[in-house]
Amino acid sequence: MAVLVIPEQLESRRGEMGPSVSLVQTLAQTRRCRHNISEKSIEDLVHARAPLRLSECPQLNMLRARISQLNRVLARSYATAAPPHALVFLEHRQGDLDSASLSALTAASQLGGQVTGLVVGSPEEVPSVVEKARRLNGLNTLLHCASPQYSTSLPETISPLLERLLSQNSPFTHVVSAHSSSAKSILPRVAAKLDVPAVSDITSLEHDAASGSTTFTRPIYAGNAISTVRASSSIPIKFFTVRSTAFAAAGAGDAAESEVKALDSVEVSDVPTEHISTSLTKSDRPDLGVASRVVSGGRALKNAETFQSTLYPLADALGAAVGASRAAVDAGYADNSLQVGQTGKVVAPELYMALGISGAIQHLAGMKDSKLIVAVNKDPDAPIFQVADVGLVADLFEVVPELVEKLKQ
Amino acid sequence: MRPSAVRLLNILVPIKRAVDYAVKIRVNPEQTGIDLNVKHSMNPFDEIAVEEAVRIRERLKDAVKSIKVVTIGPPKSAETLRTALAMGADSAVHVEIPESAPSPEPLGVAKTLKALIERQKEGVDVVILGKQAIDDDAGQTGQMLAGLMGWSQATFASKVEVNPEQKVANITREIDGGLEELRCKLPVIITTDLRQVQLLNEPRYASLPNIMKAKKKPVEKLTAAELGVDITPRLETIKVTEPPKRVGGGKVANVDELLAKLKEAGITGKRA
Repeated sequence: MAVLVIPEQLESRRGEMGPSVSLVQTLAQTRRCRHNISEKSIEDLVHARAPLRLSECPQLNMLRARISQLNRVLARSYATAAPPHALVFLEHRQGDLDSASLSALTAASQLGGQVTGLVVGSPEEVPSVVEKARRLNGLNTLLHCASPQYSTSLPETISPLLERLLSQNSPFTHVVSAHSSSAKSILPRVAAKLDVPAVSDITSLEHDAASGSTTFTRPIYAGNAISTVRASSSIPIKFFTVRSTAFAAAGAGDAAESEVKALDSVEVSDVPTEHISTSLTKSDRPDLGVASRVVSGGRALKNAETFQSTLYPLADALGAAVGASRAAVDAGYADNSLQVGQTGKVVAPELYMALGISGAIQHLAGMKDSKLIVAVNKDPDAPIFQVADVGLVADLFEVVPELVEKLKQ
Repeated sequence: MRPSAVRLLNILVPIKRAVDYAVKIRVNPEQTGIDLNVKHSMNPFDEIAVEEAVRIRERLKDAVKSIKVVTIGPPKSAETLRTALAMGADSAVHVEIPESAPSPEPLGVAKTLKALIERQKEGVDVVILGKQAIDDDAGQTGQMLAGLMGWSQATFASKVEVNPEQKVANITREIDGGLEELRCKLPVIITTDLRQVQLLNEPRYASLPNIMKAKKKPVEKLTAAELGVDITPRLETIKVTEPPKRVGGGKVANVDELLAKLKEAGITGKRA
């Protein structure tokens, strides 16, 4: 039983530490020598699961997670369901954590158990990301794994690492990530290997510790219906991706730093997929997925030139990101990465301005959770007016320049 | 290594019958799902997948030996297969499930596809799927199949170039914030993004002669049991509800009123 719950990364250290049962003694010795505390009170401390103050002793910091593992052993011997322990796949770009991953961390914290983060990347990237991630609120442990093979996030190379981490003696009950293009490519691949289903793009969750089941809500049919699904305890590891606009991003806090552990990489020989190149759309404007204000244009913008010359000044005046309807993207007015809707980005900014967008259900699916929706359209019967908080029936080519002018005053 | 110069490619395209994308869906009064007595059609991303398979053959000519479409669904899904055959696929497999049976989850579908791939005597070199179905919006099947097969995967593809001599495919993918190019060894699993529509124009409409021809193309019928897979859903759907209604706030007459409303909400111009 004890062996069952010792995570792999701890097992490698068992040689130096001895079996986990001796952790209590080790702790007792460490404490006694530093603080002259009686053995009895140490035992009380361990069994009461009192929080250990990090400042007291550096070794204690190292031991903290092992103690919690030990508690798990004790708890499991009589409880029916394993306490939740989420593994959050933390994504990063250019040394910074993706804010969508921070929302995933918030969702993972809501399970009510241990939360372990995982940072995977190249040896150049990982140290600086770990430095930022270790201070995140809600994270108990931070695992990191660096290898040149992880510099481009290929599912074929990253999946084996996750599989090793999650197979057999894994303590993890949930695997959580943002609903990002990278995680969407990796997580289902791993879930299938472990023979468990996955739940995509959840907007809320609730974990029942007694039964070990987790209930999720998620939009289906382009957000036109909300499905409530339950993953019972018969699914030992519950994979889910998180809609970032439904959860606040976890912040870096004053909370104790999480325990940081390095993992050995799983090198894949003869990878069937080779990364050739990445080209990112460069922009000084905020990223569409996380912007607090979005100015979005549709087919009425006529062509790529008028799309830019009309929308960009307004976006700049508001400090907003630029979005587009599928019609505008299909017509070539805007890049595909700017598409808002069921098949593009889902946004929920403070302000969403829909200019020359009729409001097809696929588009509404991507923006109807925005706080304030403003629509400008020549057609008074455009469906967008049914959801817009503020509507203006007018020619956008007259309205937008006037808006820009008056916003600048 | 075989001495033969070019091995002919066999392409498999899994497709799904779904509620038509233009239909305004309604949740049923029992809150068990949505009203399905509405127009259905092929999942739009799967249409792109079929179109892409047909275009690969148009580009590579005889290097593509077969395009097989497969669907897992109730008897009515046969129409969807006929549509794909009319678009240019050669043959079809229908893994039939009872009308009343719950729709299988992506993992069940992936397992079924794996079993089907293993039955193909000549093997499968390229599997092209849509990136997601517009009913469950899960977006998992392709990745799960790639995991089960241990094959190369390229999700959210916007451009596909298959090189049958070198047995590789160069694929451009949509990623957050831009594009990525991969070179995948065959066999490969590809999931299609919308960009293909833009670059390569819309999926074709089947012409009447092609629809007539499609009626003569072979459709093999199977069941999940015959394939030895269990497609019973493992997640329990507790209920399906309407999303909270959003009510429009009415219209304003001019830009000044619009700006006043913005100001009321605390939104002003960005200070330079």
